[in-house]
Amino acid sequence: MSVPLSPLLSLRDIWVEYGDKVVLEKVDLDIEAGSFVSVIGPSGAGKSSLLRVVLGQEVPTRGTILLDGTPLTPECGPDRGVVFQRYSVFPHLTALRNTIFGLECEKAPLSARLFGTAHRMARDEAMEMLKAVGLGDSADLYPAQMSGGMQQRLAIAQALVKRPRILLLDEPFGALDPGIRADMHALITQLWRDYSLTIIMVTHDIREAFTLGTRVLALDKRRHDPHAPHRFGATAIYDLTLRKDTDPAVDEVAHLPLKQVSND
Amino acid sequence: MRWVNRKVRRGDSILLGALPILLLVLFYLFMAAQRHAANPMDKILPLPGGMAEGVAALLFQPDQLTGQLLFWADTLASMQRLGLGLGIATLSALLIGLVLGVLPPVRATFGPLVTAIAVVPPIALLPILFIALGLGETAKVALIIIGIAPVMVRDIAAHVADLPREQIVKAQTLGASSWQIMIRVALPQAMPRLIHAVRLSLGPAWVFLISAEAIASDVGLGYRIFLVRRYLSMDVIIPYVGWIALLAIVMDMALVFLSQRAFPWAHGASH
Repeated sequence: MSVPLSPLLSLRDIWVEYGDKVVLEKVDLDIEAGSFVSVIGPSGAGKSSLLRVVLGQEVPTRGTILLDGTPLTPECGPDRGVVFQRYSVFPHLTALRNTIFGLECEKAPLSARLFGTAHRMARDEAMEMLKAVGLGDSADLYPAQMSGGMQQRLAIAQALVKRPRILLLDEPFGALDPGIRADMHALITQLWRDYSLTIIMVTHDIREAFTLGTRVLALDKRRHDPHAPHRFGATAIYDLTLRKDTDPAVDEVAHLPLKQVSND
Repeated sequence: MRWVNRKVRRGDSILLGALPILLLVLFYLFMAAQRHAANPMDKILPLPGGMAEGVAALLFQPDQLTGQLLFWADTLASMQRLGLGLGIATLSALLIGLVLGVLPPVRATFGPLVTAIAVVPPIALLPILFIALGLGETAKVALIIIGIAPVMVRDIAAHVADLPREQIVKAQTLGASSWQIMIRVALPQAMPRLIHAVRLSLGPAWVFLISAEAIASDVGLGYRIFLVRRYLSMDVIIPYVGWIALLAIVMDMALVFLSQRAFPWAHGASH
């Protein structure tokens, strides 16, 4: 893949080790702005470790990560948004307050609450985001009153209101039933186009990875020592660019001939 | 139908719940009546009339020494001690528990100390409190605090530390600082748990209150019970115990109501 400009995110020689167990070895990646990268691979191949490293939740044992050419601090920050499979929303806040939270943190460092005009502006911005994910009528519901799909919509709205440089999705639709999942696929594709997002999504659903992504990374171990299976880590064994543009006509390409990439 | 699947209707459940209490009261009345048939002067199991007379004296006749209505003076003194003790313990549990739960370095520093204090039996510290703080109100309130606060602190700290890691990470990706996570994410989610901890601490708090009053006091519900014990005045002790039970039930129900009102999200808000 040619790299016309400097990439948005680049990982250089990333290693993640827990004790003498190597999870990721020598991961080199360049991710360009506007791409939708799906990460697949068998369980234990370090998909989530990779995501946590990019997120800043975990510090790689070796290697550097550059966001816009500057090294990332090993801590989560507002430049990277995230949606987990579960527990991504705050149960004690209504949908609207969940969405305003990110705006309040930025503008009110001490009280983390906004009042008056500032609150009204933040509220309007949050409402707009809720409408964009289809929760315009559910602003006053608590997460416990929402279905799983609605909670994930809320988690996405909550992340996007901060306009993150990269949106990280960790099996975001894994717990949803198939019909809802299809709706969510349409939603995330829509948002990806409308807001020119850069997305990295970890999934174990091969079909999902290929229908949504513009690029699919398959993580697995390149080498295997049967006597010490933990001594070799996983890395990107396939790196497939599916399409350059965002032409919806090619949405359905390519997932059939590449199924052998999966291990499940 | 299996017993595990049997549902009890609301009306039935009130009836069923009242049944054992009613049986107990009937059993007591039967025993008391029997004793009074044998000995009309019996003091061990007073009849309701006797209890009413015993309490009426404390309720309506001012004490000759102090000029107070003793029942109300006792209640006020005890509630004041209990309220102060519970209030201070609750507040410190919230503050300390929150900081311990959210900030790992603070937990590493003070966690063992809190555990060490929590395992000391509070009654064993009572002499130290009396020596250090005198026999006044301070020592009694301090006993309640030392008795219940460490357990509450540990409960809140554990609850806050158990908040899903995903939530804390998410808050950080939304730009929250440690302080903002503490006041906007951890504090509100600790509140229902705090009320729960207060409910569980009510029992021990009463134990420590009555103990402190029994040992050194001149007014209070516990003091009165232990004072009239010398005269075998069961006609005062039993109504006092009943009154304490009633106060405890009312406090418990008030806390449940408060929790449901203030934190509907924590009580499985209906779909």
